[in-house]
Amino acid sequence: MGINKKTQSCLAGIALMVWSRMALAAWEFNFQSPATKAAQTVIDLHNLMMIIIVVIFIGVFAVMFYSVFKHRKSRGHQAAQFHDNTMVEIAWTVVPLLILVAMAWPATKALLNMRDTSQADITIKATGYQWKWGYDYLKGEGEGIKFMSLTTTPADQIRGTAAKGGNYLLEVDRHVVVPVGKKIRMLTTATDVIHSWWVPALAVKQDAIPGYVRDTWFKAEKEGIFRGQCAELCGKDHAFMPIVVEVVSAEKYSQWVGEQKKQMAAAADEGGKTYSLNELMSRGEKVYAANCVACHQANGKGLPPAFPALDGSKLAKGPKKDHIAIVLNGKPNTAMAAYGGQLGDGDIAAVVTYERNAWGNKTGDMVQPADIQAARK
Amino acid sequence: MEATHVHGAGHAHGDDHSHHPKGIMRWITTTNHKDIGTMYLWFSFAMFMVGGAMALIIRAELFQPGLQYVEPEFFNQMITLHGLIMVFGAIMPAFVGFANWMIPMMIGAPDMAFARMNNWSFWLLPPAGILLTASMFVPGGAAGTGWTLYPPLSIQMGIGMDMAIFAVHILGMSSIMGSINIVTTILNLRAPGMTLMRMPMFCWTWLITGYLLIAVMPVLAGAVTMILTDRHFGTSFFSAAGGGDPVLFQHIFWFFGHPEVYIIALPAFGVVSHVIPAFARKPLFGYTSMVYAIASIALISFIVWAHHMYVVGMPVAGQLYFMYATILIAVPTGVKVFNWVATMWRGSMTFETPMLFALGFLFLFTIGGFTGLVLSNTAVDVQLQDTYYVVAHFHYVMVAGALFSAFAAVYYWLPKWTGHMYDETLGKWHFWLSLISFNIAFFPQHFLGLAGMPRRIPDYALQFTDFNQVSTFGAFGFGLSQLLFLYVVLKTIRGGEKAAAKPWEGATGLEWTLPSPAPYHTFEEPPVLSEAKGHA
Repeated sequence: MGINKKTQSCLAGIALMVWSRMALAAWEFNFQSPATKAAQTVIDLHNLMMIIIVVIFIGVFAVMFYSVFKHRKSRGHQAAQFHDNTMVEIAWTVVPLLILVAMAWPATKALLNMRDTSQADITIKATGYQWKWGYDYLKGEGEGIKFMSLTTTPADQIRGTAAKGGNYLLEVDRHVVVPVGKKIRMLTTATDVIHSWWVPALAVKQDAIPGYVRDTWFKAEKEGIFRGQCAELCGKDHAFMPIVVEVVSAEKYSQWVGEQKKQMAAAADEGGKTYSLNELMSRGEKVYAANCVACHQANGKGLPPAFPALDGSKLAKGPKKDHIAIVLNGKPNTAMAAYGGQLGDGDIAAVVTYERNAWGNKTGDMVQPADIQAARK
Repeated sequence: MEATHVHGAGHAHGDDHSHHPKGIMRWITTTNHKDIGTMYLWFSFAMFMVGGAMALIIRAELFQPGLQYVEPEFFNQMITLHGLIMVFGAIMPAFVGFANWMIPMMIGAPDMAFARMNNWSFWLLPPAGILLTASMFVPGGAAGTGWTLYPPLSIQMGIGMDMAIFAVHILGMSSIMGSINIVTTILNLRAPGMTLMRMPMFCWTWLITGYLLIAVMPVLAGAVTMILTDRHFGTSFFSAAGGGDPVLFQHIFWFFGHPEVYIIALPAFGVVSHVIPAFARKPLFGYTSMVYAIASIALISFIVWAHHMYVVGMPVAGQLYFMYATILIAVPTGVKVFNWVATMWRGSMTFETPMLFALGFLFLFTIGGFTGLVLSNTAVDVQLQDTYYVVAHFHYVMVAGALFSAFAAVYYWLPKWTGHMYDETLGKWHFWLSLISFNIAFFPQHFLGLAGMPRRIPDYALQFTDFNQVSTFGAFGFGLSQLLFLYVVLKTIRGGEKAAAKPWEGATGLEWTLPSPAPYHTFEEPPVLSEAKGHA
């Protein structure tokens, strides 16, 4: 053959690259490894259906392909002229019906179990915001704990200017911590648009609907970190609001609850404090980066017309009162959420101060936690 | 494509209607079902190219994790417009085009029942297509909500959303008029002796589809109008803050949306029910049960809508009911598949391009049907809802189902339309390239969905990379293969072997008693049906 050495080694190189890539690659083709009995049930149900489906499929298309190969004109096959057979037609209506009824039985059992949210040990409310999740521990051990959970995947990884980390797009600053072996009831709701709270390994997915509360539950059988994503298109950063559930032992959970309570007590004690402009600005920049940057952008120019600019805006340079009100209460029918329930007085004071002094908005204004406390009344 | 054959054969009466306008005015003022059918088909193909280009933008962005080519906002606009344009601009007009061309010839009618309204039904489409595509260029861009337009997200959108709403209104009007026309034509203009149960299967599927359209398009129009008034006139149909409910929209939308699936699928079933008997040289097996199967699929399609909403949090009794009703659809669908296979059984088959596409349809549509059965199971669906598994499922139904059937229809009837045979070798290339690249594009998406990749995301976690790359390769292959289709069709219009009146040995039906190309006016006097010329 006319293939020279160079071409040969080149082809070998490509083959090696393809092979090593395939060997390294994930090629995940089935459900994630289950962490709850419900997730295992889904896998079993799916396997059962796949077996039935594949058997029927092979049966039907074996007949078709037999016909395609044997009953062709090129083999001299003469066409029969039959076009009805009542017995056969009744059979292939009734038999599938019976198979389907048999399949519906385990499906019903699994569903009834999935929907039984009674007698939960801990109740947690997940609130969907554009584009992050907030959690309130409402009942059981840890009652009163409350936090926002934001994606931590850096923008330069998304934009391709930095190497992507192992949990790319599936990492958050604060995990939803729950104890192993306890029934956790999840309430879901949202403030702006419909989101959906989904963790595949736990087999829970429940839409979070603004103005309504829905529920679902899970009981993790093993400790570990389980990652999921919002599953309902909720706007621009739908792909960037992950969910991370961390299942820990009962002791570790109690310890975590203790730490959270201490931090919350410290944060609640802010009303009387006053800060310098520098303190407010550096804290405000962090709050802005975590909560505001997705829409209003790091340079404050926004993405008009959907997401207005703050740099040079009437709001950020006008009266403080209006500015505070919109951050606290949001703006109806837009993506601007009410942050009054999400952030403490200190954070809101800092971010308003930041917005009024950053970029070209050199107003020199300062907003203190006490101002926010007053505005809430 | 009919322009050169206006004065073709078949005008022995001297009354050759030669005073109709020439040039562009011919197409704007035409009331001829063949002209209008041709325009529907070209419009559909143009929209198919636009929607296809959008699909390739989506697949290019998903070739690797991270954001490379487009911003997330634009990505969302692409998925929305791709869906709306393919459903309302490409697939539906294609089958209305086939109906316009073929139904009068199949039932021995001179034209459609309402010829002027027919013109108007078509000419509503281009403004709607322009509204949809132009919405990309207005401030804020097109609607970024997905084709389902769920509020409250659709309330947040800019003027592009209003344009989409008006486009849906116009498309709905066009569909309603088109289907009233088709239903009236079928019920009133059949040649003497053609009873309903002797009617070609394509007419049966369209008769039932026509009723489905008339029933559900006003529902969709109502739903999007409610979004419009929520957006601009202070109503709160879908806002909890004003006493409304966002989920209400989903119920109304899917009350339209599920029958819509069958609006697309039933005429496709009709085409396949002509092509398979023609190339098996054997009558369709179980004509009567086929009619009953179509009718029951259509009826059940009205009572299963909430299987699209298993995770919105409806009562468990509701979930159980919708699961059982959905599972039930598998029975008549199975009957159809078995009938087609039985039609082939002990036939005398040849495998020209229309037959290949019909077999491709049968094989892949069955896969789509089976994944639909998996999704009907509520507990399993909770894991698969809004994942790529669903994307794979409905592309098997819509592309390998409806689109492959449309290709079968074009190749099957092209000789009748143009008077020329298409290039069989190129047609077969088109089929094999489409079949293989389609499966490369969409089969891996089942795996992505099972492994947990949500749909409608411009960026994804690293473990989904490999199958996404495979899928993107397939998608580009599939897109490029369709340029070959365009070439084959253009080549056939320009020339080629002369087609006989009945180019397919096993074809039956009145349309094949007419010369090829079919004259501008046909069956000005109703044909006399012999016993042998019954249903296809």
